[in-house]
Amino acid sequence: MKKTLVISLVAMLTIMSMVLVGCKAAGALTIPIGVNAELTGDIPAVGASCQNAALMAAKEVNDAGGLDIGGKKYTIKLFIEDNGGKADQSASVTQKLISQDNVVAVIGPNASRYAIPASEIAESSKVMMISPWSTNPKLTIDSKTGQSKEYVFRACFTDSFQGQVVAKFAMDKLGAKKVAVLYDVASDYNKGIAEVFKATFESLGGQVVAFETYTTGDKDFSGQLTKIKQFSPDVIFLPNYYNEVPLQIQQAHRLGITATFLGSDSWGSEELIKLAGKEVEGDYFSTHYAPDIATPAAKTFINAYKTAYGSVPDDVAALTYDSFGLLFGALKAAGKVDRQAVRDALASIPHYEGVTGTLQFKEGSGDPIKSAVILQIKDGKFAYYATANP
Amino acid sequence: MKIPKVKTEEESKARSVVWYLRDRWEAMADSRLILPMLLVLGFGLSFAIPQFNLVNPYIQIIIMYIGINIILATSLNIVNGYMGEFSVGHAGFMAVGAYVSSLLTLYVFPRSLVFLFFPLGVIAGGVVAALVSLIVAIPSFKTRGDYLAIITLAFNFIVKSIIENIDAIGGPRGIVGIDKLTTMPSVFFWTVLSLWVIRNFIHSNYGRGVLSIREDEVASRLMSVNTRQVKFLAFALSSFFAGVAGALFAHLLQFISPRVFDVLKSTDILVMVYLGGIGSIAGSILGATVYTALLEILRPLGMFRMVLMPLLLVFLMLYRPRGIMGLRELRWFVPIQDLKFVKRWRRKKEIADANSAS
Amino acid sequence: MYVIQQLINVLQLGSVYALIALGYTMVYGIIRLINFAHGDLFMVGAFISFVVAAYLKLPFIPTLLISIVAVAMLGVSIERLAYKPLRQAPRVSAVITALGVGLFLENLILLFYPYPRPVPTLLPKIVWNLGGISISFLQVLIIGLSLFLMLILDLIVRRTMVGMAMRAISWNKTIVPLMGVSVDKIISITFALGTGLGAVAGVMYSQAFPVIDPYMGILIGWQAFICAVVGGIGNIRGAMLGGYILAAVQIMVVAFLPSTYRDFVAFTLLLVILTFRPYGILGKPQAEKV
Repeated sequence: MKKTLVISLVAMLTIMSMVLVGCKAAGALTIPIGVNAELTGDIPAVGASCQNAALMAAKEVNDAGGLDIGGKKYTIKLFIEDNGGKADQSASVTQKLISQDNVVAVIGPNASRYAIPASEIAESSKVMMISPWSTNPKLTIDSKTGQSKEYVFRACFTDSFQGQVVAKFAMDKLGAKKVAVLYDVASDYNKGIAEVFKATFESLGGQVVAFETYTTGDKDFSGQLTKIKQFSPDVIFLPNYYNEVPLQIQQAHRLGITATFLGSDSWGSEELIKLAGKEVEGDYFSTHYAPDIATPAAKTFINAYKTAYGSVPDDVAALTYDSFGLLFGALKAAGKVDRQAVRDALASIPHYEGVTGTLQFKEGSGDPIKSAVILQIKDGKFAYYATANP
Repeated sequence: MKIPKVKTEEESKARSVVWYLRDRWEAMADSRLILPMLLVLGFGLSFAIPQFNLVNPYIQIIIMYIGINIILATSLNIVNGYMGEFSVGHAGFMAVGAYVSSLLTLYVFPRSLVFLFFPLGVIAGGVVAALVSLIVAIPSFKTRGDYLAIITLAFNFIVKSIIENIDAIGGPRGIVGIDKLTTMPSVFFWTVLSLWVIRNFIHSNYGRGVLSIREDEVASRLMSVNTRQVKFLAFALSSFFAGVAGALFAHLLQFISPRVFDVLKSTDILVMVYLGGIGSIAGSILGATVYTALLEILRPLGMFRMVLMPLLLVFLMLYRPRGIMGLRELRWFVPIQDLKFVKRWRRKKEIADANSAS
Repeated sequence: MYVIQQLINVLQLGSVYALIALGYTMVYGIIRLINFAHGDLFMVGAFISFVVAAYLKLPFIPTLLISIVAVAMLGVSIERLAYKPLRQAPRVSAVITALGVGLFLENLILLFYPYPRPVPTLLPKIVWNLGGISISFLQVLIIGLSLFLMLILDLIVRRTMVGMAMRAISWNKTIVPLMGVSVDKIISITFALGTGLGAVAGVMYSQAFPVIDPYMGILIGWQAFICAVVGGIGNIRGAMLGGYILAAVQIMVVAFLPSTYRDFVAFTLLLVILTFRPYGILGKPQAEKV
């Protein structure tokens, strides 16, 4: 009896979902776009920002009457799926968006460890994918041939570029001779930038006095920081996420460390200041865009995001918005809602003015040529300090 | 079968139809040809589906995930279900199999013939995982229950930590660009093979030893069951198939990193085993299928999906603590002698009950 | 100097681990259940203190008390709803249920707070400098409060009637009701105490590391579980010992070896300890009746 109940419940859910999935908006011309976001799992904040920006971008276009392609007006229909913070779900979600929802392109995932399996699916299905935030160089390269993947793009710069930018900044602008690094050994992003930084800084003649690690989820860094204190570095590089950095800086200050702190684009959320308060005053980090020297278009975006969601957009949100902008531009240039045409159009965009700066895709590559900016935290706000060009 | 009370003419006719259908079903199901027929059908389908795209590629991937999860759940069931232990580190063995097989197919095997060597890679992954499991098995001899949980948990963390520190195999960045060698026929083949081997193991003498250890370890030792050897074998077999599943998984996802094989993955496998039913192969199949499918089916719920799933799990545990199948087994998986024995025993019991009633 | 500074770090981290490990060990001692939702109750304690401090703007002591009471009530209700019906079932079903409850709590809080939240500082930020070693008031409070609570718990278990009932139930559950003691009531009290301690750990932890997110309980939960087992699960003093041992291993490895080896060394050491003392350091082998 109870077994029948369970089986009929499961059957009912199956039928329900198939009906829901099969339903398509009848009538109006629509462009289906897929969003693969980390809504649950280990980085829900990233997924939330991505989802917010995606919804906003689609809403803006739809409220203006739709996207004008080849003379006809199309409404944007978003398919937002949660990859649950798991690599296998990320792959199956991408496949679902491509085969079942028939999207014209996929935006996301954001973290490299979820973006890479998704990119394999996108590449083999010949559907365009733009990752807003993934910085691992391996994302866009087919490791067997060494050539770029054809269908995988990103809206941000790569770890190798950023690591060099920060190292040069530390040496030239901050005049640092001894630098310590504290990074997450279990996360490819942190480790990647840390290693590029170390290599660049040492090649410029500097000395990396400490190269300490912790594991994702750790909150207590007193052991590592006590060790770092012994070497009295001028600058401490923390290429870690904005929810870990406040703890690291606080504990360092508690131990009496007075060095300047340096960060990477993972600091790029206003949450950092909310979480760290005055502790992070005067420190620097590299990121994609500066809110105070923003172009008018960027300012409009920031204000619209603030009105809709009550907080200043972080770099994930800004990059997602730009990814959509790129996609819309490519659709318009292609003149039709066709996967291959859109991909070709995107690869040949000469110049794109986005919220996060100017973007242009290198010949035959999914990586954009893009500048980075160095920001300083001054008076509790992000303030533009310098630009670093590739 | 209960004999219902007959009330009216129509009712008696309706009930006799039901009996007739039940009889026909019993006769058909008793035929030992059903399982081989289903296997042939399944094998044919596993070629037809990708070839003719009978279902869309998304569902194909899900089916392959279900196959891999079945292998994982059934292999864990040997140690957790049949032997009654509490091993929590299954993803660690999966990681070993995944990494070994990926390294072999990427660097050792000749590139052009790599799809021929794939089965060898899978077996190698399983073998290394089994060897590694012996390291875990040794401390487990002295401990039981919750202490074994710690050992296997620690093992899971250790494997993850070791892989993260070896940059030569990618460290935390993992291995990218693994060939997509897992296809539906290969998943089907390995799933059937593992189920067949595990089922034969369980119904063999060693399997009896495993069951006796669960019931009472001291007594079984007194009955001259070599508990050490049986435990070794059970662990090794369980880890072998975990390694196999890991290898298949790596060549499907084309990317592996230590984070994929963390405690959460072990927890997932654990849930699949206990959901479906401990000590039952059909239970593991059911648990793996229901868990994987339900996670996908509940997608329209968005973020509520992950709130609802654990709640459903809790309710299921409250109403069926031993899992959906409990300790029962599907008759097609039980060898013919055991089945005949059970039937004879049941008939004797019925006769005895009827005699004592009259 | 360096070593002493690291030792203070060990005491602080160890106290937090010990408080959480105590919760695990108390529940295990009485109903043989590994409450995997305990780490998430610790997280809930931290979040409740955040909500109370940020929105109601209450000072430290009322926040702490409200958090303890709320989490204790939550713990007791979980026990009544999810664990009590499974007392006769195989132990593993209760463990899976505990896992499910934990997942449920994590994802529920996630719905409300996907972004990590800052916890308002409720304690004065005084740092003392004694000859090159810095100790903060917060560190002293954590260590002091934990030791105080552990002492009280030890007293309760050894000197009160309730404690005696708890110990009796852990030895032989069937006889106790025959002696006129309500098993349900004692189990509820145990849960309340254990989860209350977890709440204290959550509040103190979130003051020391003021960034909270829904998944903060998972890693700490598993680590505290390991502490409890290494010390001898079911043994209160063992849990305290285990907490400090794990903290010592983790911090000392980082202090003297490349910090990437931390997890590897810590867990290998654990395995070694368990190989030589399979029931934990202070654990007693549970006699199996043949």
